Amino acid sequence: MESVSTSTLATEPVPIRERAWLSPLLGVLDSLLIPAASLVASLAVFALFILITGNPPFEVLSEMYRGAFGTWFSFQNTLLRAAPLMLTGLCTALPARLGLIIIGGEGAMVVGGVAAAATGVALTDSPPYVVLGAMMLAAMLVGGLWIGLAGALKVFRGVNETISSLLLAYLGIALLNHLVEGPLKDPESLNKPSTRHIGEANMLGNLPGLDVHYGLLFGLMACVGAWLLMDHSVFGFSGRIVGGNSRAARLSGLGVPKLVILTCGLAGAAAGLAGMVEVAAVHGKANASLMTGYGYTGILVAFLARQHPLGVIAVAVLLGGIGASGGLLQRQFELPDATVSVLQGIIFVVLLVGESFRGKWKLSRLLGSPA
Amino acid sequence: MVTVSPQSTRRTVLLAFTLSAFGLVACGKKTESSSEPAAAVSAATPEAAKKGGDLTVGFIYVGPKDDYGYNQAHAEGAKFVASMPGVKIREEEKVPESMEVQKTMESMINLDNAKLLFPTSFGYFDPHILKLADKYKDTTFLHCGGLYTEGKHPANVGSYFGYIDEAQYVAGVVAGLTTKTGKLGFIAAKPIPQVLRNVNAFTLGARSVNPKATTKVIFTGDWALPVKEAEAANSLADQGVDVLTSHVDSPKVVVETAERRGIFSSGYHASQAALAPKGYLTGAEWNWAKVYEDYVNKVKAGEKWDHLVRGGFKEGYIKMSPYGTPVSDEAKKKADEAKAGLTAGTLIIFKGPLKDNKGKEIIPAGKELGQRDIELEKMDYLVEGVEGSTS
Repeated sequence: MESVSTSTLATEPVPIRERAWLSPLLGVLDSLLIPAASLVASLAVFALFILITGNPPFEVLSEMYRGAFGTWFSFQNTLLRAAPLMLTGLCTALPARLGLIIIGGEGAMVVGGVAAAATGVALTDSPPYVVLGAMMLAAMLVGGLWIGLAGALKVFRGVNETISSLLLAYLGIALLNHLVEGPLKDPESLNKPSTRHIGEANMLGNLPGLDVHYGLLFGLMACVGAWLLMDHSVFGFSGRIVGGNSRAARLSGLGVPKLVILTCGLAGAAAGLAGMVEVAAVHGKANASLMTGYGYTGILVAFLARQHPLGVIAVAVLLGGIGASGGLLQRQFELPDATVSVLQGIIFVVLLVGESFRGKWKLSRLLGSPA
Repeated sequence: MVTVSPQSTRRTVLLAFTLSAFGLVACGKKTESSSEPAAAVSAATPEAAKKGGDLTVGFIYVGPKDDYGYNQAHAEGAKFVASMPGVKIREEEKVPESMEVQKTMESMINLDNAKLLFPTSFGYFDPHILKLADKYKDTTFLHCGGLYTEGKHPANVGSYFGYIDEAQYVAGVVAGLTTKTGKLGFIAAKPIPQVLRNVNAFTLGARSVNPKATTKVIFTGDWALPVKEAEAANSLADQGVDVLTSHVDSPKVVVETAERRGIFSSGYHASQAALAPKGYLTGAEWNWAKVYEDYVNKVKAGEKWDHLVRGGFKEGYIKMSPYGTPVSDEAKKKADEAKAGLTAGTLIIFKGPLKDNKGKEIIPAGKELGQRDIELEKMDYLVEGVEGSTS
């Protein structure tokens, strides 16, 4: 017994040293191992579920693939759905690095959308790039303020940020309804109260050669930017210290309140930008249709991505794909809309379970173990 | 901690059902001069007919298609279409009024080869249907809401709607003769013209047979807020209201709560009779099967179809739920009379002298606003007898 354990201890470090050049790669693979295994396991559970509903699992899964990635149209559909999720995913993922659980991305997105629409309407006769630039700025500012407020309440008053951000989301939605049904209402929008249109010329178009609007580019840029900030800057490093132990961070002289409020502000800005894209690329105005639920799905995205900004991109595409294929499932197999929610739920639970194996299963250990 | 709940987050639903003033002008012109071969009537895409294959028709709903409400009413119409020969249907439910619906429509066109689409939610029209109709000129898009404007909107787009305030008037007659307390309750989503018109028609119907009857109205603020709807229903019951009706996406909660509280209920959109075997009086229902049958037949045959159709009892676009057990013979008789009058066009719901609930005269004596009058599309008042406020 004793001899076995000592021998393991003795042999383990050797192969890793031998394969030193491999270790960064293995590190990346390691972090992907559990999500990948969880995904496969989820699909297996989902297939079982499909079987119980009396449908052929393999055909359903292959049809899902066709609906999400199988054709050029499907893939663009997936990317289009993924675009807002990248931004709202960041709204939860960024503060999570500081140990904060923010779930009010929907509110920041909605108020960002209203701010963008109001700005666009006010500037409607200016050149399009001015209008779009100002809309973007306004949306990010207001969205940032919204989540920044949750951060400020946390550091100055000790209010739980999860609850306050959720309540702020309800406030944001109420504010949207008040503004589009009151002060900002276009008198011609009788049965669907909306703001005025920002003007066709000011609409955000599609990316060149694609049937996907610029929101995708914004999402990708925001995720990469967030990754550089959180993983490769002093700011991000300080933030992670706060996340690790906020009192220790304070003792070591870090400006914790500033870090928290700024990070929350950036998170809200990302969600606000998502609202601006909804207005500028899709609706042209703000109305109740801004309540898309993207803000809430963003929470799922962030958690599935383990709060990693680049992971957010991958998960957003995955969930976008599941969303894109959901319609086909309803139409081909007459499965209810909730099928897609079932799959999302299975993935979420399996991933959480899978996380408990983190550190126990390692490629480096598997590969490095004596043959 | 983290949940993604489509119920609570889903895009709110706009199901309101009227014309923009422009739409009405365009259509009024058309129906009055139906002899003239108006440009507002265009040939349906004959492709499907030429191919000889089945015509694939797509139906898109904003909520669940078994919601006992707006979406179910459309799904019942779709079910009828599915039973028609040479027609295949494809359905998708819970599609939000955003890029999602554009992609669903495109997916139905590209992957299912649908040639005729019925995207049923009010908010699907602008910008979603308009954008897709420009891109897919061979596909016909028919939208529920009556928003089509001739010359402004693409030729492959049409819109239909119904005057369901007629049915609410009849339901009001039944409610007015059934109530014991004289207090009726109306749970409504938003104070927009179409909703106000239903509240007012219901109240006028009740007061036509029971001048002392009043309607307490509560606006919940959105189309699908089951918790608020239940709270409103309970609070109205507490105040002595003994007949409840509603204009929300799904009247399920209101009708169930009324039944639990032992009071009467009147339905909306579809029949909720199964939910309240004791207290369900009747209900104002859509009859989309009729509208869909007409459209599908025309598109299938490659015939011309109207860009804007509308109707009430006379056209068969609306109907009443069968009377429930608590409805007296006298109430049935009066309700049937009202229905006959509305069908014949002899009974006018909105006519002078009519005051709003603040005492201001809305329609002077001697003036009648017929079913198709544009003024009714801008309704922003509650009539005398309604307790509540639009703001």
